[in-house]
Amino acid sequence: MNALATPLPDEAPALVDSRFTVPGMRCAGCIAKIERGLGEIDGVDAARVNFSAKRVAVRHVARVDDEALISALEHLGFEAQPVAANPLAEDDREAKRLFRALAVAGFGMMNIMLLSVSVWSGAGGVTRELFHLLSALIALPVVAYSGRPFFASAAMALRYRRTNMDVPISIGVLLATGMSFYEVLTGGEHAYFDGAVMLLFFLLAGRSLDAMMRNRTRAGIGALLSRMGKSAAIVQEDGGTQRIAAENLFPGMTMIVAAGEALAADGTVVSGKGALDNAMLTGESTPEAVAPGDRVHAGAIALEGPLTVEITATQGDTALAEIARLMDEAGQSRSRYVRIADRASRLYAPAVHTLAVLAFIGWMIAGAGWHQSLVIAIAVLIITCPCAMGLAVPAAQVVASGALIKKGLLVKDGTALERLAEVDIALFDKTGTLTLGEPRPDISHLDARAKSVALALAQASSHPLSRGLTASLRAEGVKPATLADISEIKGEGIVATWDNSSVALRRNEIDGPGMSTTLHVGGLAHPILFSDALRPDAKEAIDTLARMGVCSQVISGDRPGAVAKVVEELNLEGFAGVGPEEKLERLEALRSKGHFPLMVGDGLNDGPALAAAHASIAPGTASDISQQAADAVFIGERLAPVATAVSVARDTMRIVRQNFTFAIGYNVLAVPLALAGMVTPLIAAIAMSLSSLVVVANSLRLARSAK
Amino acid sequence: MSGLAILIPIALGMGVFGLAMFFWAMRDGQFEDLDGAAHRILIDDEDGSEESAK
Repeated sequence: MNALATPLPDEAPALVDSRFTVPGMRCAGCIAKIERGLGEIDGVDAARVNFSAKRVAVRHVARVDDEALISALEHLGFEAQPVAANPLAEDDREAKRLFRALAVAGFGMMNIMLLSVSVWSGAGGVTRELFHLLSALIALPVVAYSGRPFFASAAMALRYRRTNMDVPISIGVLLATGMSFYEVLTGGEHAYFDGAVMLLFFLLAGRSLDAMMRNRTRAGIGALLSRMGKSAAIVQEDGGTQRIAAENLFPGMTMIVAAGEALAADGTVVSGKGALDNAMLTGESTPEAVAPGDRVHAGAIALEGPLTVEITATQGDTALAEIARLMDEAGQSRSRYVRIADRASRLYAPAVHTLAVLAFIGWMIAGAGWHQSLVIAIAVLIITCPCAMGLAVPAAQVVASGALIKKGLLVKDGTALERLAEVDIALFDKTGTLTLGEPRPDISHLDARAKSVALALAQASSHPLSRGLTASLRAEGVKPATLADISEIKGEGIVATWDNSSVALRRNEIDGPGMSTTLHVGGLAHPILFSDALRPDAKEAIDTLARMGVCSQVISGDRPGAVAKVVEELNLEGFAGVGPEEKLERLEALRSKGHFPLMVGDGLNDGPALAAAHASIAPGTASDISQQAADAVFIGERLAPVATAVSVARDTMRIVRQNFTFAIGYNVLAVPLALAGMVTPLIAAIAMSLSSLVVVANSLRLARSAK
Repeated sequence: MSGLAILIPIALGMGVFGLAMFFWAMRDGQFEDLDGAAHRILIDDEDGSEESAK
């Protein structure tokens, strides 16, 4: 990416680029804060914010990993998600090709128009012939260059004996150009280069909009699956350990898992006591205590250790892989969904060809001569060119997804909006979806001094409880105290010195649903209780959905007690203890009853359900797999984007329907005129362009609907 | 008529120049961050931060 203006220094460590999407940046101050804040980190060479894409590109040495950069961004006060680099580059190239073609077509259109206008205004004789010749010289290379996207797509369709929107466009443009060229050579009166090039220009404008939309939405979502441990320390026969790559592990081996390590295989704990972070699998960051005999799964991260684990399943047999497989199969059902635009064009394109051919044959029979018949056939092709129709969907979707991004919701692709508009029942996972998914402390009993010490201690640790404490204290605007000798003792807590007295944040035994920690300041112990709080506007968002006719249910893998509490608070129907397969079954049951379910969930156990549901949304804190499976991702603590997404999607479809109605109405009026031979190809091109502009203008109204 | 011989090449030349500039601007990444450019002007340049504000 050339936006990184800093030249590469000739130093030894190889620099790598990482990209993050940071939806929270809103002003010049944010740009400066992020670029300076990241630039100060040791190992970061340069950071460049792309404000339009809400992204930041960081060039850094390989030893600084994504996690570190994300936590640095969090310290600066911004929530961030990593973005995969490669697929983007591909899409970018396609969009740039379209933009270049658009520029060339624009250049050609303007110059040819200039010449055409003088011909219309009465230039005759040699001047007209000269102008036609000049038009031809400009038009031929322009058509050859700018028409390529259409010709390529039409050729592809014809090769498979199908037809798409590009076939009539290509035929129309090529015929118009060819005929005009013949006119120029024979010194004829009319040339239609203007019509052909103008058509290309407006079509390319539509295509570019479409490509822009797809890029912008894909950019928002990072797609990284492999958090699974890459290797494990395996106990050898002589008692020593050796690191073995994940693919070479076999059931029956014994691995030793140190604190902070990700498990590379499923297994049973043989000895040792510790706690696991199962966020990867369940989206729940509450540490899960494990003891000998307990089953542990690949992908979990050991928070305390070491654990000795006997491997029971590896690679493709792990629970993680099983869920991924389920998800893959479930996703198949959704790929059957056909975009509205495709459904329309499937009927439309053959009708256009038939009409044009009929017009040609009809006028030939009527005795108009092949030249006039061909001109009329071209006018029919151009005027019925599904331009307004082609724009009807992408224009509305670009505007809507742009508006949604500003509201904190990233929609992955166009069909997601179409499907979101149809949902009539919403299923919510509990932990991490309706609730924040991370433990939030009750800090009301702490005084200002204790709070600032607590923040200074908590921000030194990446333990989920510490992170929750840090977030809550920061939200209150607490400034951290200056501590000395901070050290984190695994499994114990964090200790430090403050004003010559020792302070500490100590862990309590993990038992039962409530978690707690104890803050020690100046000899006093303050217990801090944690709970997984509901998102602040959960009730409001669900009420909004209900008003739109979408009833909600809670469907959770959690214990009945915990679910009942949420269900009661939100006044919903709820199901507890539902496993991944059962979630799928419930979705299937709803679909067979004719419902269009929306799944909102975050854990890996929701992955298959997210993939199978008619539409799905995942929070930005969800496991990577769930974000991958979902149609849209919302960022932040509020649940409101879910309701906004449904309402904006419905507005979008309303606008799309209006656009279609207009486009069809336009054709109904224009086609008979063209068939009657009352429209020249140029007027056809102008009418077609105007209809496109109306469609675009109508779509722009969506920008307000997300407000 | 003789005026056309001058005016048309000028018109075309200007068009081609504009097109070439657009291609250059796109390759140079001038369109990467349109909103950001509008905001960056408001950033106060502090010491040593010129590499990020350039």
